[in-house]
Parts: sequence; structure tokens; C-alpha cells
Amino acid sequence: MEKTVWIVRDHLRCTGCRRCEIVCSLHHEGWIWPEASRIRIFMPFPGVEVVHLCAQCDDYPCVEACPVDALSVDEGTRAVLVDRERCTACGVCVEACPGEVPFLHPGDGKASICDLCGGDPECVKVCVEAGYRAIYAVEEEEDVNRKLFARPPLEVARDIAVNLYGEKGLEVM
Amino acid sequence: MPRGYAGRLLDVDLSEGRIGEVRLPWRTLEEFLGGRGLAAKILWDRLGDRWPKVDPLGPENLLLALTGPLTAFYPGARICVSGKSPLSNGVVGSTASTEFALELKAAGYDGVIVSGRAERPVYLLITDEGCEIKDAGHLWGRNGEETLRILNREVRGELSKPGRGLPREPGVIYIGPAGENRVRNAAVMAKLFHAAGYGGYGAVMGSKNLKAIAAKGAKPLPEVAAPETFKVLWREVHRELIKRDRFRRWGTGYGGYFVAADTSSEPIRNWQEEWHDERGFGGPHFQFKFWVKPYHADFNCTTSCMKISCIKTGRWRGDITDMPDYEMEAYLGPNLGVFDPEGTIHLSAVIDNLGHSGINAGNTMAFAAELYQRGILTEEDLGFKLEWGDVEAFDRLAHLIARREGIGDLLAEGTYRAALRISEWKGVDVTPYAVHVKGIEVGAHGIRSDKDYPTPIGYAASPQGGDHTSTTRDAYEDMTWSVFGDSAVVCSFCYHDPLIWEIARAVTGWDISKHRWCTEHGRRILTLQQALLLLGGPDVYWDPDRDFDNPPRFYEPLPTGPYKGMKADRETVERMKRDYFQAMGWDERGIPTRETLERLGLSYLDPHLREMRR
Repeated sequence: MEKTVWIVRDHLRCTGCRRCEIVCSLHHEGWIWPEASRIRIFMPFPGVEVVHLCAQCDDYPCVEACPVDALSVDEGTRAVLVDRERCTACGVCVEACPGEVPFLHPGDGKASICDLCGGDPECVKVCVEAGYRAIYAVEEEEDVNRKLFARPPLEVARDIAVNLYGEKGLEVM
Repeated sequence: MPRGYAGRLLDVDLSEGRIGEVRLPWRTLEEFLGGRGLAAKILWDRLGDRWPKVDPLGPENLLLALTGPLTAFYPGARICVSGKSPLSNGVVGSTASTEFALELKAAGYDGVIVSGRAERPVYLLITDEGCEIKDAGHLWGRNGEETLRILNREVRGELSKPGRGLPREPGVIYIGPAGENRVRNAAVMAKLFHAAGYGGYGAVMGSKNLKAIAAKGAKPLPEVAAPETFKVLWREVHRELIKRDRFRRWGTGYGGYFVAADTSSEPIRNWQEEWHDERGFGGPHFQFKFWVKPYHADFNCTTSCMKISCIKTGRWRGDITDMPDYEMEAYLGPNLGVFDPEGTIHLSAVIDNLGHSGINAGNTMAFAAELYQRGILTEEDLGFKLEWGDVEAFDRLAHLIARREGIGDLLAEGTYRAALRISEWKGVDVTPYAVHVKGIEVGAHGIRSDKDYPTPIGYAASPQGGDHTSTTRDAYEDMTWSVFGDSAVVCSFCYHDPLIWEIARAVTGWDISKHRWCTEHGRRILTLQQALLLLGGPDVYWDPDRDFDNPPRFYEPLPTGPYKGMKADRETVERMKRDYFQAMGWDERGIPTRETLERLGLSYLDPHLREMRR
């Protein structure tokens, strides 16, 4: 099986600096626009930072669900690509994702999903540069484990909170 | 349209329930930038003619929450909170790190001006669609943890639109019970353990029945003057910050040992001493037992000096706070006679949750404990024993102050005002034990050993009094990370010279240089602050001949440690003060001269200061 780029995520190492969002939006939008970033850090409680981006499920439920064939899988990177001309902003892909990862762009309302920057993701560079490694890129064979990362961020947050704060973590979330 | 700015401020009158917007003239922004500088200017414009009559805790005062042009662009996004201070009766620019600043800008606002007083507790919700005044009955009385939890859930629910993707949390500034009950030195809080602590603006929010301001914006950051240059500089400044390994690794969390053992400038038992060599209070004892998140940061920050602590076992299980950072370590540790990391973390969590400012409330509690030590305050007065090092007793006292119960009501007036009242009540002058400058309790960096960064006039000559983040130096360098940082509204721990000035030019397009700032803008801002401080009132007026001075304690010799016997020298202080005032263009008593006011474009202040001059 072919190796593809995947972004490893370790929420516990995320500081919440959100430089990943800054460079994502610089790359895709040309300017700093955190709400348009394809990687989004959820921060439901101080210290509980959740790294939220496309997990590249092996069965691509969002692509399957799109009623107008606006979503496709890149043959090289295996990232989900959005055809913004075709996208009707119906939100079906958002609902189809087990992690509620896609979102409608705050500017044009079109579906927005991580495209791995064509195979060389910007977000991981700044995270690794800072020594955090909350996200970093690997080239690996596709694997069913990837889909496990498509999880609603508040559900992940509950796990992180317990990991950080023990019993108190149950309370704060 | 000025670059780097969203271009408008929200203008909310809580008495009338009216929400408006203001656009400030380009020239005002260029002269005062944002944050601290702009706050002083807005306060002067709106309240200047009747300043001495404005009660800081009355509806007439303003609560300002302002960003600056560099906020969210430069590393370390912060919000600057201000108003007429209920402690100094002047203006303090008090900043806290929080995503609230980013969200405000992303919603299209540079800041919020709040006037009046709501009939019932309210909070403000700011989005791209504008601002709403919302009921906060269910939040009033809640501590920090509960407030954040409820607000995050509530706002997320409100912003949720099926099929559009998950909404994220808002950025929030809020007060705890201390602010609600108008504890004069209460903080405006953010993110559980971040505080805009100096100035007492938590009490100002409380006096307005304003529990919180939440913001969630979806817009891009504003346009800047030179975007491509900015992008290059942004990467460069982060590369520089990432090299600061020791600070990134430890934050200020190793200060609780170092500042005492090395520089001998840490408050111990209400500054009766400044030296200790308690290795059990050293950084590793915090780090390896309690730090659960060794790198924690705020928006666009790679300094990540924050580390989160959590107590997971025993009677204080579930306490969450920052490292604690050095100021909390000192003020809620050795200054209360506590040399146990766990006890200090517990008190820090208590203080944060109550919405006290750790430095200021820690100072007031130590003041009370010294009075207890001296037999001036008794067990009968307090209802319990207040021995140095008794964590549970200080925990209890912090709650009493926050609720203004028993002795807490008196201590809730802050160290200076409490000292005046206790002196009257007990018939003993207790003001020599009050370690404050112009009503602002002094930060945890002493001057007696002359080994720490504040100069002998660092606090005495500063228009922000005891604020350790804005100490007086030479009328040049002190305009940089403190006055510029608080007005550009970025974190001083991310300050990089010269990159911050280059980024300031790329963002605003204005001719901002370090030299120009230090000789013109910075001095304009400090001079305006000095004028408002001198005008003071209505309950307190500072006497330039008496009050621009160090606390009496700093003239007592250090009793222990390698710098035993050292103290502030009055002649040196007087000489340095004269030099400083002269460099600032103020007269020998610290009153800005007419020529200086003219040169800085502040001539409108002259009629108000004329009578003060000799």
C-alpha cells in the first residue's frame, strides 16, 4: 500500500498558541483569519486544548455524502479536496463527518477541509519549529486508526481534562 | 482608515441599555496608539473636566477594555483594562493575556467603553453582528471556574448553527465574587488564572453590575500597512522568542526561590525580610509534582511561559492554577510565611477563583498578618488566629475579603485605605506597615538589595505606583516594554527590540521608532497619566511632597541575607526623582510644566495643573 502524508496530533502537547491557525489562514486566505483556518484549536477550558482537523478516514464519509460531488480525494496526498465552484454550502458533509470537522467558511460559506497544503502542511512546520510537536507530519500507509481521530472536540476534551486534572477533569467539562 | 485597527470601539451605556459605536480620529490613534495610552486619552476627554469629582466606583466612571494596533499581530495577545482607578484615583493600564483581545478584533472592534450601571447583573456578548446586553443573574456569585464553564457552554450554544460546523468558545474577561463585591483591588480575570490585576478594575466592573464581556468574531484580522513585510517579520520574531529557552522552560515559576536566594528582593512576611534559602520552595518542587501542562500559551505566543499546575491528591485535590508564576509564588508564599509549594498553589487557586488580584490581595493579607503579629489586630477582631504560614487561615481570610464579611469588609478597601481606617480604629499609626505606592500595592520585586530590576524610584516616581510591570527607570527605557507594550497591547514577555518597532511600522505604517516613542509618545502618555493621578479624588488626593515616595518599609534595613543592612537611601531617591522629573519635563515636585504640555500637545491640561505648581 502507498504511503501518504498524515498529520499526527497529540492534544496534550498543544499550548494553545494557535500559530497553526495563523499559518493555515496565511496559506489559504493570504491573511490571518483564525476562523477560516482548516485546523482549529478548541479551548473549552483552560489547559484543555483540542487539535481539530481532518483525520482522513479510510472510507471518507464526507465525500460519500456530498450530494453535488464537490468533494473528492486527492490521488496523491489522499486529502479531501473541495471544489468551491460546485459546493452549495448545504452542510451535508459537516453532518456526515463523525468528528464534525468540516465547517462552512466564514467568508464565502463553502465547505472547508484540510487539504494538507498539497502534501507539505504549513501548520506542522510552526508547531515543530517551536518544539511542541503537538502536530507533525508523517508519511505512512493508510490505516483504520486514522478514523478514530474524527471525534467531536468536546468528547476529546473530556478525556484530556481527566488526563490533566484527574477527577476534577470530570467536573470542569 | 488607520492600519492594524478594526476602526471602531463599542460604546455601551449600561444605565440606559444603549449600545453605540465610536470611531476615533486618526490623529488621536497616532498620538496615543491604543490600550493604556488611548485609555488615558478617552478618560480625559470624557471625564477630565470633572475628574476629581468622579467616584471610581460610581456609574460615571468608565470601564475600558482596549486592544492596540499590534494586538494579535505581535506575539502575545493581551487586552488592556482601564478606567479611573479605585486605588490610585488616577489611570492604570492593566493588561491580561486572553483570546478575548483576538476575538474582539475579529468581531470588528478595537475595544469596549462601558459607562453607567446596570440595574441587574449583566454580561456583554460581542459578535460580528454587534453587541448584546445579556442577563447574568445566573452567573453572579459564581467563581472563576463556574463562570467560564457556564459562559463557554452558553455562548457556544448561542452561536451554534446546524450544518455550519462547530462554533468555538468565546474569549472572555470576567470578575469573581471579589469584583462583584467591589473589593478595591479586585482583578479583571481571564482564562481562570490570568488577571489584569493592578488598578482595581474588577471592582469597577462589579460597580457596574457587569459580570463578564464575551466576544467571538469570525472576521480576518484588520489590514496592515505592509503585509508582506509583516509576514517576514512575524516569522523572524518567533524565531527569536523560541531561542529564549530558559524562560520558555521555566516561565517565572523558578522565581520563588531565585528572587529571594539570589537577588534578595522577594517579599517575606509583609516585606519584613527579602531573603530566604528555602530549597524546598525551589522550582523543581513545583514542576515535577504539580505541573500538568509544561508549555501553555495564549494566542500567537511561542514564549509559552505559562505552565499549569494541578493538585491531584489530598485535601486540596482539584486545585488548578498557573505555575504559580513568580508574583503569585512570592505573594501567596513567603510573603504569607508559606514555604510549601502545595500551600501556595492552593492559595493561588483560591485567589484566582475568587477574582482577587494575587499580588494586591496577597499584599493586603500579609499586612493584616503583620498587624496580627504585632498584636494590633487580634483573634477577636478576626474571628480566628492569623499566624504566618497558616494556609487555611489565609484561605479563610481571602474568602472573607471577597465577600466583605467581618474583618474582610475593611480589608476589601485595599492595603492603603484599610491602613487609614485601622489607624483610626485602633489609635495606632499602622501606615508604616502598608507596602503600597499611591494606593497600588507594590509588586514582588524589592529595591533594597539593589540587585533586582526596579530602581530606587521604580515605584516611587511611577504614575502607576506599585505596579512592577511599569517601573520608572530613566525616562527612556521605561517607555519601551511597559508604556509601549501596554499601548500596542502585547505581552511584555514577548518584547523584542528592535523587531517590535519594525513590526509596529509594518502594521501601522506610522513613523514609530524607539527613539520617537521614548521621547514623544511615551512621555505624552505618562504625562497625561501623571496629571490624572495628581488630580485624583474624590476620596484621596496625593500630595506631591509626600506621596511620590517609597513605602516606609523600604527605608528599613534588610535584616537578613547577603545584603543585610541595605536599604533605600533617601538622598539617592530624592536625587534620582529630581533627575527623572527633569528628564520627563516635569517640575521638581513631579508636576508637568507648561512647556512640556505644549510640546506634547497636552496644553488642555495646563489650567488644571496650574494651581498645583508652586
